[in-house]
Amino acid sequence: MSQLFGPHFNGIARFVLWGGAALVLVLIAVAAALPRSALVTGTDRVVAQPVPFSHKHHAGELGIDCRYCHTGVETSSFAGLPPTETCMTCHSQLWTNAGMLAPVRQSLSSGKPIAWNRVHDLPDYVYFNHAIHVDKGVGCTTCHGRIDRMAMTWQAKPLTMSWCLDCHRDPEPNLRPKEAVFETGWQPPDDIARLRALLMKEENIHPETMTDCYVCHR
Amino acid sequence: MSATDRPWRSLDEIDGSGDSTAPSPLTEYGPPRIERRSLLKMMAATTAAAGLGACSRPEAILPYVDQPEMLVPGIPVTYATTLSSQGFGIGALVETHEGRPVKVEGNPDHPSSLGATDAVMQAAVWTLFDPDRSRTPVKRGATAPFADFLADAARLRAQMAADKGASAALLIEPTTSPTVLHQLSALRKTYPALRIFMHDTLATPGEGEATRHLFGRDLAVLPRFDRASRILSLDSDFLAEGAGRLAHARAFTANRRVRKQGDGMNRLYVLETTPTITGAAADHRLAMRPSHADAAAAAISSALSGEALPGDLPVDANFIRIMAEDMRAAGRDALVVAGSHQSAHVHAAALAANMALGSLGHTVELIERPGAFRFDGDLADLCEAIREKQIRSVLALAHDPVATAPVDADAAGAFSGLDLLIHWGLYRNNTAVLADWHIPAAHDLESWGDLRGHDGTASLQQPMIRPLFGGKTLPEMLAVLSPEPAGDARALVRETWQALDDDEWQHALKRGVLEGSAATPADVRPAGRRPETLRRDRRTSGLDIRFVADPFLGDGRHANCAMLQELPNPVTRTVWGNGAFISPATASSLGISDGQAITISHDGRRLAAPALIVPGQPDSTVTLTLGHIRSSDQTVTRDARGHDAYPLRQAGSPWLATGAAIEPSDGEMDLVTTQHHQRMEGRDILRTATLADLREGRLPEPEPEPESLYPEWEYEQEAWGMSIDLTACIGCMACVSACQAENNIPAVGPEECAAGHEMHWLRIDRYYTGPPEAPGTHFQPVPCMHCEKAPCEVVCPVNATVHTHDGLNAQVYNRCIGTRYCSQNCPYKVRRFNFFDYQDFGEDADLRQAGRNPDVTVRSRGVMEKCTYCVQRISRARIDAKIDNRLIADGDVVTACQQACPAQAISFGNLNDPDARVVADKAAPHDYALLAHLGTRPRTTYLAEIKNPHPDLAKPQGEDTADG
Repeated sequence: MSQLFGPHFNGIARFVLWGGAALVLVLIAVAAALPRSALVTGTDRVVAQPVPFSHKHHAGELGIDCRYCHTGVETSSFAGLPPTETCMTCHSQLWTNAGMLAPVRQSLSSGKPIAWNRVHDLPDYVYFNHAIHVDKGVGCTTCHGRIDRMAMTWQAKPLTMSWCLDCHRDPEPNLRPKEAVFETGWQPPDDIARLRALLMKEENIHPETMTDCYVCHR
Repeated sequence: MSATDRPWRSLDEIDGSGDSTAPSPLTEYGPPRIERRSLLKMMAATTAAAGLGACSRPEAILPYVDQPEMLVPGIPVTYATTLSSQGFGIGALVETHEGRPVKVEGNPDHPSSLGATDAVMQAAVWTLFDPDRSRTPVKRGATAPFADFLADAARLRAQMAADKGASAALLIEPTTSPTVLHQLSALRKTYPALRIFMHDTLATPGEGEATRHLFGRDLAVLPRFDRASRILSLDSDFLAEGAGRLAHARAFTANRRVRKQGDGMNRLYVLETTPTITGAAADHRLAMRPSHADAAAAAISSALSGEALPGDLPVDANFIRIMAEDMRAAGRDALVVAGSHQSAHVHAAALAANMALGSLGHTVELIERPGAFRFDGDLADLCEAIREKQIRSVLALAHDPVATAPVDADAAGAFSGLDLLIHWGLYRNNTAVLADWHIPAAHDLESWGDLRGHDGTASLQQPMIRPLFGGKTLPEMLAVLSPEPAGDARALVRETWQALDDDEWQHALKRGVLEGSAATPADVRPAGRRPETLRRDRRTSGLDIRFVADPFLGDGRHANCAMLQELPNPVTRTVWGNGAFISPATASSLGISDGQAITISHDGRRLAAPALIVPGQPDSTVTLTLGHIRSSDQTVTRDARGHDAYPLRQAGSPWLATGAAIEPSDGEMDLVTTQHHQRMEGRDILRTATLADLREGRLPEPEPEPESLYPEWEYEQEAWGMSIDLTACIGCMACVSACQAENNIPAVGPEECAAGHEMHWLRIDRYYTGPPEAPGTHFQPVPCMHCEKAPCEVVCPVNATVHTHDGLNAQVYNRCIGTRYCSQNCPYKVRRFNFFDYQDFGEDADLRQAGRNPDVTVRSRGVMEKCTYCVQRISRARIDAKIDNRLIADGDVVTACQQACPAQAISFGNLNDPDARVVADKAAPHDYALLAHLGTRPRTTYLAEIKNPHPDLAKPQGEDTADG
């Protein structure tokens, strides 16, 4: 009786063994990379909105201050989205018949809010607070990217926990003078290193207290 | 030294028979078992569904269309309002998040609150978002628009105009609302023959009768505990009952705040007919049969007036002699209070004693009764008038008169004979199903209104949210009968206060209190009558039945609130039900064991209930609880196991029935208790001492602390700590419910409680000392100790419980995998595990979720949780302080339990701040740590319970001889 497995099976067996091992490595690599990839974090993905609002136009070209619409950013955990009334301060005069603004006018007449789609969505067990970041000198564009160049808004940074922790462990490189926090095109001056060291001291920023779990999770 | 006496927690523990109520490890609770095959199928489906997670649709953000001024989304807004309590108002500050009321706190400016709340007030948000609330008007079982009701009401109005209201009646519940009383007077003018009846389930007419007898006027007694150094309570549970309870608790404990060796304290003597938290707070307590109260009051009154004691005393003569001497020495600083439910004679005797002591006008003030109104009778009178066919239409503006009526009134029978019955209430309960029309009521948090506090102070109610189900307020319902067109709810209240200009009105709304509206003490002149003429002798054969309202469910109006059902009774620790209290001696003479089914019979009526043997209960006395009402529309009451006492309660004698009998039956009945859960096995955990011990330095030496292998921590910033004063703690459970409301803690139901799975982060342990007939009762609140050397931290395999830079022992829910090792290794047993998903994914999830605190994670199944020292409040204070670039000041962080406590027993703050109140409290000589010998170094420490017994009654509280 001939052997069940002829010599050519040696190659197949080697292929299965090495291939299996390689597959495991690939799977581990994928599992490690996938949660950090833009596919999962949603980085750079443009989110469709009921009104194609352009930060590029309003914040960039017109130079409207962030706080004109995001009124809570200096005091509240939530930066706030503008009520319909805020849109209408200008759009009751400008582009009053523009088709793309129909949902805004509709919202005002019906009293129903515009349902914007969330671009920056943190998990529900994360308690992020805008006010403390802005008040300590973290600029808007540090986390939101060059919002003044985004025609449609996308998420510029991965918003993963390790990304948050990078800054919480060492916030100094991300600080800027307070008057520059809302400046979208801010360029660090030459003596920025000295300024940042001063800010750390004057603003009483203690990185050793900023990595406790309950700072964000409670 | 009583600190060496071993406290005990149950009678089983003393006689060594073990732990009869401990959860049985063999019992399985929870949903039915799942077959292996279905489990595999579900796992496959779950895996498939998990992949879909990545493709979830983006969440919507809905901004305002027109954002209200002053409102910044993300920052809670607090409004002042008033919550009703038996017709009185207690001021509250309600935290709202984007228009949703989330948390109730007390209003420091309101004299009935002084910043404190009780458990029922804490539950207001739960009852507001209760999915069982009535949602539409109902006409004879079918939903109908409110406009139809107005049309029917117009017909009723026409008929009333024709017969001047003679065939109609109003049934209302006690209220002090100036608007409502004004409307009632107006209705009387419009319909001169209209009769207005009062249904007060917890009516206490004794006080008014006594003041009419003694002074010729109906007056309310206002005790001033802050001025009293010696207090005698004649069956008064002033720490738990009545609209002034929070203010009384504050004033009473203010004089029991011992911090240094030289500090003094007041002394409380209590004679009571059933164990209460006031009796537990007493320095000397004596149990007394309810039918002996009149004789005891007469004897005490004569003793305090310096007269000789009568010969046959139902209570210990030695006690009365020494107590009377002590009280007389205090003179006008002494105070005698009578239980509100007591007879007019007992009230009169107490007032006479106060007059003899000279304390009237000092420790006792008499004020015009807030909300006094002349009614045409009570519910029994109304039922009689209906049966006599005088009344054909009733507007019942009362919670559930059918279920709470005296049994001999037969309210259900009478009401079914009516031509028209209109019911207004929060639920479609037993009365609503009989009614031709049922109109949903607006909740306190949805209402415009006004109420008076226990001292007559008027305060306004303003809505936190528009009525969820179109409910109507009481003034709106009364306006339906008025011939003028009805205004809206706000206009009706505004009209009452038209003397205020708009600025003053806004100011009153903002502050929650109308300044200067408190009643001034009445100028009284004794009419020269003696109290004895009010005395009526009672039959003392057989057993006495003492009726009490459930401390949390009240007369039954809160029976559908799971938070209140699951809050352990302060004294007996039962949850989701009640037992008939009997004394250990009565139980053994009748051969009844704890939990055994018994039948209580009185006047030919019978009631089955489980026996609950309660140490300190007077012999030959059964205490039955009112309020455990069930109603088919109320899903929470369907799960509850209470035994309601209304079927034995008669119109003439609502609080006491004599000549009753008990028969033991076979079998046991459900009695869920948290008694044995988390017991601490007889170690030195509760410490008591007397004031003399403290003054003479006879306190136990601090326990030596063992060496530790655990890491040392350094605190450069804050180091949080808590101190709990066991002398001040009255055991009222306000802290437990405040913690539950603040931290989104679920109620788990009776089965889970029986298995020891209750979720309260903060529990109150109750201990007894002394003999079971007359024990001392002690309370000890136990939150997480936030140990410096925390045993839980080192055993977590995933680092889900960690030490923070400011000393907290933080629990990270998103890391927790549910091994429960931490709970196993916790010597204090303060960790709670989510065995099930309690998080409302079913029908009406939106409604329940609306009341959640958005600053606290809602935990899911398989996750450990515990007290966080209200870390969300610490975070809020820290961020506010950091934005202002300052340090967190003492008092910036107030934990939920601390804020609610009427006795201010809890202090919390930064141990690195030498000026913090908590540091001063922890420096007191009687500060001690729980289980210090384990070396856990808890951050929560206790001040030992200090009693101030009379030296001649030598033995500490609880060892006086009880009445037989």
